[in-house]
Amino acid sequence: MNIATTIDGVPLEALHSASEAGPAAKRIVVAYGFWIFLLSDIVMFAALFASYAVLVRSTAGGPTGAQLFNQTTVAIETVCLLVSSYTCGLMSLAINSRNRLGTYLGALITFALGVAFLTLELREFADMIAHGATPERSAFLSAFFTLVGCHGLHVTLGLVWLAVMMVQVAVMGFATSVQHRLLCLSLFWHALDIVWVGVFTVVYLMGISL
Amino acid sequence: MNLLGKLDWSAIPLHQPIIMGATAFMGLIVAAVLGFITMKGAWPYLWREWLTSVDHKRIGVMYCILALVMLLRGFSDAIMMRSQQAVAAGGAQGYLPPEHFDQIFSAHGTIMIFFMAMPFVVGLMNFAVPLQLGIRDVAFPTLNSVSFWLTAAGALLINVSLAVGEFSKAGWWGYPPLSELQYSPGVGVDYYLWSLQISGLGTLLAGINFVTTILKMRAPGMSYMRMPVFCWTSLATNLLIVAAFPVLTAALAMLLLDRYLGFHFFTNEAGGNQMLYANLFWVWGHPEVYILVLPAFGVFSEVIATFSGKPLFGYRSMVVATMAICVLSFFVWLHHFFTMGASANVNGFFGIMSMVIALPTGVKIYNWLFTMYGGRVRLSVPVLWTVGFMVTFVIGGMTGVLHAVPPVSFQLHNSVFLIAHFHNVIIGGVVFGAMAGYTYWFPKAFGFALDERWGKASFWCWLVGFYLAFMPLYLLGLMGMTRRMQHYDNPAWQPWLIVAMIGAIVILGGIICQIVQLVVSIRDRDRLRVTADPWNGRTLEWSTASPPPAWNFAFAPNVTGRDAFWTSKRQEQARQDKPAPARAYEPIEMPKNSATGFVSAFFAVIIGFSMIWHIWWLASVGVFGAFVTLLAFAFRRHPEFEVPAEQIARFERAQQSGAAA
Repeated sequence: MNIATTIDGVPLEALHSASEAGPAAKRIVVAYGFWIFLLSDIVMFAALFASYAVLVRSTAGGPTGAQLFNQTTVAIETVCLLVSSYTCGLMSLAINSRNRLGTYLGALITFALGVAFLTLELREFADMIAHGATPERSAFLSAFFTLVGCHGLHVTLGLVWLAVMMVQVAVMGFATSVQHRLLCLSLFWHALDIVWVGVFTVVYLMGISL
Repeated sequence: MNLLGKLDWSAIPLHQPIIMGATAFMGLIVAAVLGFITMKGAWPYLWREWLTSVDHKRIGVMYCILALVMLLRGFSDAIMMRSQQAVAAGGAQGYLPPEHFDQIFSAHGTIMIFFMAMPFVVGLMNFAVPLQLGIRDVAFPTLNSVSFWLTAAGALLINVSLAVGEFSKAGWWGYPPLSELQYSPGVGVDYYLWSLQISGLGTLLAGINFVTTILKMRAPGMSYMRMPVFCWTSLATNLLIVAAFPVLTAALAMLLLDRYLGFHFFTNEAGGNQMLYANLFWVWGHPEVYILVLPAFGVFSEVIATFSGKPLFGYRSMVVATMAICVLSFFVWLHHFFTMGASANVNGFFGIMSMVIALPTGVKIYNWLFTMYGGRVRLSVPVLWTVGFMVTFVIGGMTGVLHAVPPVSFQLHNSVFLIAHFHNVIIGGVVFGAMAGYTYWFPKAFGFALDERWGKASFWCWLVGFYLAFMPLYLLGLMGMTRRMQHYDNPAWQPWLIVAMIGAIVILGGIICQIVQLVVSIRDRDRLRVTADPWNGRTLEWSTASPPPAWNFAFAPNVTGRDAFWTSKRQEQARQDKPAPARAYEPIEMPKNSATGFVSAFFAVIIGFSMIWHIWWLASVGVFGAFVTLLAFAFRRHPEFEVPAEQIARFERAQQSGAAA
């Protein structure tokens, strides 16, 4: 059933089709534009994934993924990130009901999980570097550090953004522009999760068999 | 620790008279322009109305000005190369030493693609697309300003390389391992990388902005199949930007990591793979060709329909062809290096795809021809460019299909035959299209037309000059001359290279005619004053004043068919006796000016320059400054203001009385 027929008693044929309805609402335009940005970001990750796949066997006599990766750490990292996506979703619900305390709480837990993820990742990097597995060692390691590091950089920027947004909520309340930005931020955070699923699969799961 | 990184007085090439002369010349021009602005006291006006403007029309005009200025810079490089090769035959070495010649051809390609062709097409899209869609601005006006200023920042860095340090000697693609630290230890490649990263970010943001604008912001009633073809080709171009530029960013970032942090993506040692760069670069690079030429196709479609007084022939097939090119352009990149040594099947696949992509282009050519057929074609300057394009581009397209055959490509790879081919399509397609669009929309942007006689002179110079300059290169390529030769031993080549140089001089004549045209038109602007609709146009930009007000349209146009303005003109003629009902004007909400774009580009220049010269502390200052700029933007309280209804009514009344007088 098309509920549009019952709205204001306007006959269906008088309503514009979506493509003729005129400029979309600001909220839709902002979210749509941000989606396009996310797609471009994912294309960039695609290039990094492709380069990693090309170079993964170019270890130049250095360590391979199977020798370096610690599955336990990666599993904990993955849990942190996936749960943070869930708490980010809870934060979005709190925003929709204009619940400040809920928003702060959701943001705080998301932030803490993001920091935990980054700490684990940086410790993993530091460990590898301490054992001589630096990005200068081989093309494989260059590609590994770039791909995983680029994701980590995105997480870092997401955390900075999250902090700024909490200041904005505190100062400007749930103004329309603040709501739009929070919507984009949550899209960004979920997109990082999707990229991580790729990293987890292509780098860590497939890495142990190499 | 050195506070200035690698930068010291030896960076300025004092011992090279040609470079210092060029630097002094450029410096003089810049000083003259700045002095003139100061003398006229125009800085506040310039800052308020242009530098901080978020109006898509102003930004579009600034893009085009940037493109025209960079055309002069890129063309100086071209004429230096042509004159060098005209004299450096046999034992002669010409007047350009190899290390300088290598910088010139690298700078020529980089500037012409990234800072001439790109800003020109983006500028035309900026100006025309929102007007054609019947809306007040793009989806994200401030972001639009950021995009422009980042492009300008990249252009500035590349010009700084002339005076401070050097430019890349590794060609406009910067292939490793030549572009790696081991073989290019200077700052040239770093200038190349940072200016492209900064301007590339600007282009990506522009692409996001325009995809959103076209898909989400059309006037009421403007369904997809009612959009002007220029909007369709702009959509395709911007989709390609969004899908292709991130790959370039990634490839250049990897090269940066190799050069700055000792990574091994593309090095000779430790498992680096040079062909990975070639693949990534051309995954961006071939779509880039269509990013440039599709808006030009759009301009030709608008021009040919308007000046033939007919609807465009085969609108639907034009749309399908455009989107087909958009998709197919991602399946042909390998034809840039059939010599890589991929298997015959891989080469065969990419060869066939490269031939297939010629088909939709052929469809377009026939559509334009059939639009002219049976129409009353007015041979105005935009039409001359269009007809010149159709002839020239077909020749360039056919030599392109030749290259799609892998065995032929093996023979012609890196020869000047290739140079002739891509100049044939880029000058014949993109440049002619940009010139057509420039002449076509100039009266809309400024309220007066460009002088017709000088425009025609310019066109003929460009056309004749183009054939003189590049047809000899086809022959030379078949005779075995490779590209990028600072000197050569075979005296049989020299006569042809002299002809090519004469061609470049004729093109110079065309450029001079264009400068004269601009000056003459500004001088005679009262004689050349136009109404809202000087060409008897078909699309919505001609329904509003010339130049359009900041808000573009007092009322959102209601679109009822394709060629929206043409349709409404017809309907008005039909009910001439009944006066249009008076409508009450309503206040319009517009975005406020913002210095965000200018300031963030300022910090981008700081970041780029200090990274090039390894001045790490300054780079951190730049990053911090950019971050603070972003925060300042995010915490603005009232980003919009209202144009009062009375002001709109006053403007509209003045327009109507002007039109009646």
